[in-house]
Amino acid sequence: MHTVVAIKQVPDTTNVRINPETGTLIREGVPAIINPYDLHAVELAVRLKEHFGGKVTVITMGPPKAAEALIECVEQGADRCILITDRKFAAADTLATSYVLARAIEALQEEGPIDLYLFGLQAIDGDTAQVGPGVATRLNVPLISYALHIESIDPEARVAVVHRKTERGIEVLRTRLPALLTVLKEIAPVQRAPLPNLIRAARYKPEVWSSTDPVPFDQDQIGIRGSPTVVGRAYTPAPRQAGDIIRVSELGLQECVKRALQNVQASGAVDLASIVDAKRPTDGNGGEHS
Amino acid sequence: MTDETAVKRIWVFIEQEEGRAHQVSWELMGAATRLSKELEGSQVEGVLLGYNVAHIAEEAYRYGASRVYLIEDPVLEKYRNLPYSVGASKLVQKYKPEIFLIGATTLGRDLGSSIATRVRTGLTADCTELAIDPNLKILAATRPTFGGNLMATILCRTHRPQMATVRPRVLPLPEPLPTATGELIRESLDLSEDDIPVKHVGFIPREGGLNIEYADVIVAGGRGLGSPDGIKLLEELAGLLGGVVGVSRPLVDAGWISYEHQVGQTGKTVRPKLYIAAGISGAVQHRVGMANSDFILAINTDPNAPIFQIASLGIVGDLYEVIPELINQVKAMQQGTERS
Ligand SMILES: Cc1cc2nc3c(=O)[nH]c(=O)nc-3n(C[C@H](O)[C@H](O)[C@H](O)COP(=O)(O)OP(=O)(O)OC[C@H]3O[C@@H](n4cnc5c(N)ncnc54)[C@H](O)[C@@H]3O)c2cc1C
Ligand SMILES: Nc1ncnc2c1ncn2[C@@H]1O[C@H](COP(=O)(O)O)[C@@H](O)[C@H]1O
Repeated sequence: MHTVVAIKQVPDTTNVRINPETGTLIREGVPAIINPYDLHAVELAVRLKEHFGGKVTVITMGPPKAAEALIECVEQGADRCILITDRKFAAADTLATSYVLARAIEALQEEGPIDLYLFGLQAIDGDTAQVGPGVATRLNVPLISYALHIESIDPEARVAVVHRKTERGIEVLRTRLPALLTVLKEIAPVQRAPLPNLIRAARYKPEVWSSTDPVPFDQDQIGIRGSPTVVGRAYTPAPRQAGDIIRVSELGLQECVKRALQNVQASGAVDLASIVDAKRPTDGNGGEHS
Repeated sequence: MTDETAVKRIWVFIEQEEGRAHQVSWELMGAATRLSKELEGSQVEGVLLGYNVAHIAEEAYRYGASRVYLIEDPVLEKYRNLPYSVGASKLVQKYKPEIFLIGATTLGRDLGSSIATRVRTGLTADCTELAIDPNLKILAATRPTFGGNLMATILCRTHRPQMATVRPRVLPLPEPLPTATGELIRESLDLSEDDIPVKHVGFIPREGGLNIEYADVIVAGGRGLGSPDGIKLLEELAGLLGGVVGVSRPLVDAGWISYEHQVGQTGKTVRPKLYIAAGISGAVQHRVGMANSDFILAINTDPNAPIFQIASLGIVGDLYEVIPELINQVKAMQQGTERS
């Protein structure tokens, strides 16, 4: 079974800081990590390889530094890693990114059959969740987004049954293979890398593809030229107007709470007194589908 | 007669499930109506796909659509990416809308990118604000990036339609106009079940049925609760107020409560009338999920907690004193009205 996983190296947004004067991102010192969802995608691919045999190929489009992320994938158990890197890819939006990844995958298809494509649900630097669906559409393979669990998979019969999480519950879907899944973290718990993998990774050098070699990407569909969306303006969010602050240590507990409730009543937001015999909304669909 | 090809169509995808429209569709209809006022020659229209769903078009007119494009087909009975994206893309190619808005639900996020890819245009995900750029007369779609630390306004200058998704509850629900009517345009899909590689073979409904996005009152707690027992206190107050419990992410990470309760960037966006934040510091990732609440009451022992910067009223105090007192006083108020 051959699985191709697309991963992205992202800044660890826990550590992102904004320069309050310029409103711009301070990138220095922000560690780069593998997008958390993608780690689980790689893990799933490795588990499938253990079970069915076959191989795991990982691809990423990004700066040369993204090679680090690929090495980590080898530690996890990936067999082959491809870094698609070129200045010309810079400033790609999701349309341009899905073009490059789909085109790269087509080149891999020419080398041999692929049974499954795995993407993370979304990349935490942008949270767009668009690249996986975009690639599936370009490759014309079935898409299952928000994949939570693989109930069964049969590479011989070329079918899989996959659980997909939605707001209302879990859809159980049967798909033809090859299919493309965008995965939630629950799809496979990440295990510690075994020693032989670490040794292999220490010496591993990812394959590097440029915008012309070995795949001649259409230069009009990559990077900034291939991206219909542009950032017009970036700014730090304006804070909401703050109201009064009262202290229990000054006014006492009862008085503070009394004022709070008076304030709520006066705002007209809700009428606290009228919520007698309050019923909790229990209808699962209630507001969602009016 | 108006020149059909000159109309700038602002489209809203009407999400439905089992014949019921998702409220985000009407929230978007409200936004489309506002955009349409800024865009000369424009018209708000709905796109409806499904099976036995024509009645929803009536509702769409009341929320501001002057026209609804409808594709009804048995293969559209339950959402699947292929038939929905093929159908919607076909409509886009035929009627060439200027703008196309979709709810950022699991369905909308799955569908939006596929349509944008099929028709080769730009899609801005999870927007919090939509406007027409006054100079360029194009959609200015604003969204949080880098974990909510930065807002970015995205433009799609040359490709059409300009597509955007918006999460439920980010935009207000407009008042419907009970008498409004509109025009229904039916189109066909021309796909058969054999063309569709994905089949529904089962469904496991979510337990509990909690729906925090649409709650009017949310009593939320954070790490300041100190222990999972604190959640019971939140539940008691929420019960009195007809509300539900929300939490910050660390409580979900710690396994104290299910993800369905999480408010924020990686949780739910909520817009209740009253949001009580107890023991929540107010990190930006939390605030992006709740800053649109009508009234925010913050309770925190630390007078410098950032939550106070957005609170309508802040109480500096221990939540384990303040919440029980809130429960007492609310009970007293409610008994007061019961007697009268
Ligand atoms: C990519 C990313 C996504 C994220 N997404 C989310 C998200 O969706 N939602 C979310 O909430 N967070 C999210 N976070 C985490 C977020 O950055 C904060 O870490 C988190 O919101 C903090 O939770 P808290 O306020 O409960 O905890 P803390 O920041 O630890 O605050 C606890 C507060 O409780 C107060 N306190 C302590 N004891 C008491 C008491 N007895 N009475 C009253 N007050 C008391 C303290 O003064 C303090 O202000 C995300 C982070 C990242 C990096
Ligand atoms: N530059 C990239 N290279 C490889 N995979 C990517 C890239 N960008 C996004 N992806 C994949 O697409 C998923 C969704 O990303 P996004 O649509 O940006 O939220 C990620 O989890 C990755 O699996």
